Amino acid sequence: MGVWRLSILTTALFMIFLLRAGPAAAADKHGIPEFSVPPPPFSEGIFPCSDCHADMETNPERRQLEEHIEIVKMFDHASDQRWCLDCHNPNDRDKLRLASGKLITFEESYYLCGQCHGTIFRDWKAGVHGKRTGEWNGKKIYRLCVHCHNPHSPRFKPLKPLPPPKRPEEIRNSHLTNEQIPSNPLEALLKESDEKR
Amino acid sequence: MKKDKHISRRSFLKGTAAGAATLAIPVGNTDASVWEAFFQQHFQEMDADEKARVIERLEQEYKKRYNREFSIKTTDAMPGVLFGYGLDLSRCIGCRRCVYACVRENNQSRDPQIQWITVLRFEKGEKFVSNLEEADKYYYPEKVPEEEYFYMPVQCQQCENPPCVKVCPSRATWKEPDGIVVIDYNWCIGCRFCMAACPYGARHFNLKTPRIREEEINPETHYLGNRPRYQGVVEKCTFCVQRTRSNPGRYPACVEICPVGARKFGNLLDPDSEIRYCIENKRVFRLKEDLNTSPKFYYFFAT
Repeated sequence: MGVWRLSILTTALFMIFLLRAGPAAAADKHGIPEFSVPPPPFSEGIFPCSDCHADMETNPERRQLEEHIEIVKMFDHASDQRWCLDCHNPNDRDKLRLASGKLITFEESYYLCGQCHGTIFRDWKAGVHGKRTGEWNGKKIYRLCVHCHNPHSPRFKPLKPLPPPKRPEEIRNSHLTNEQIPSNPLEALLKESDEKR
Repeated sequence: MKKDKHISRRSFLKGTAAGAATLAIPVGNTDASVWEAFFQQHFQEMDADEKARVIERLEQEYKKRYNREFSIKTTDAMPGVLFGYGLDLSRCIGCRRCVYACVRENNQSRDPQIQWITVLRFEKGEKFVSNLEEADKYYYPEKVPEEEYFYMPVQCQQCENPPCVKVCPSRATWKEPDGIVVIDYNWCIGCRFCMAACPYGARHFNLKTPRIREEEINPETHYLGNRPRYQGVVEKCTFCVQRTRSNPGRYPACVEICPVGARKFGNLLDPDSEIRYCIENKRVFRLKEDLNTSPKFYYFFAT
């Protein structure tokens, strides 16, 4: 009788454990926390790739491409060792392919980058590599690797800096009207990027 | 005895002092708010009612000055929170986006110019941590980063042992329970002792009434943070107290704008926070550590 009771108890405990572990494990797949990322930054009209590639024959040879000229020109990402199909999936071009053969979507491209850049991937998951916005104690917004690094030419591109501070000798005893007060140079920059979007 | 008709030196002085004092108190054409401002308590000594009255008066005052509706929060520090900041020197490219995002968020004067963040440029290989004075803060190339330089933004380090607080003769500046060093701009007498005491050059003085275009004002403010300042008071970074002191609370403006993600922010008491990850896994240092100021601002190298 005692053994019977014990086994019921163990089963019950095990069930509770399963129920509790289930959702938690789902939220934390491969140590990637729940986060929201903006969609991948495709060039206009380039996705889905299958629009063009579905009927084309796959040619894995390294050659002078007639299409994607810009990408060929900029390609600078261990380009001696690699070619298109080391990352892009040959059969279904709307997917990327890991070294293991596993297919992933463009929204999960961090798995692909993480294959080589493991330490960076680890820092990114912790929120330390890369830009993170949102709430410090709440919902966070991550960016994909490709939001800051062009996958075909990943080095971060130089920017124009905003102006330096005024030197003490440049300060004048001025009496300015509202319109004469210098505008924050960031306002123009933000407006410009709004217009681009 | 003959009564002395002469006024004694003592009573003369007493009389003059009393007279002068009466003259100095604003009467006549001034409204009640001047009186209220004159007798306003120290922020830490006000009760909720007094705070509410002061906030209402300030909101009116700012509305008159800037033609905008203002909201001034007085949110207290959150329990179990100690703010910490991380800055990745291996990523910073010196683009100064943070400087101007801070100016925008925190209503810093555009004329005369005040900026809470200073980005320093050092030649690679140059001695830098102990020799900030020799750094160049006026660099302005076509593009950054430049091949032979690296950059280090400096702002208030929110010291655990802040020398600026120690020297303030009017206790107008103090360290809050969440570790932010704040200033009551209505209590500051403008003596600038704190500026002399700060080893990081993080405090700035309003030599004139700060001027900002009306349309560029940020009306979402905190009493101890980004509300408009007066002539003759000192100001400094508060880790964007108006944004961060909330649950959920946003990241500071400089973190949000940084295009390379070099800036990290979080709760030092939360073992899962980004800042704790940096301290535990990266090579961090604190600026001028030998002065025993114990900053809560950690510079690190992520690569």
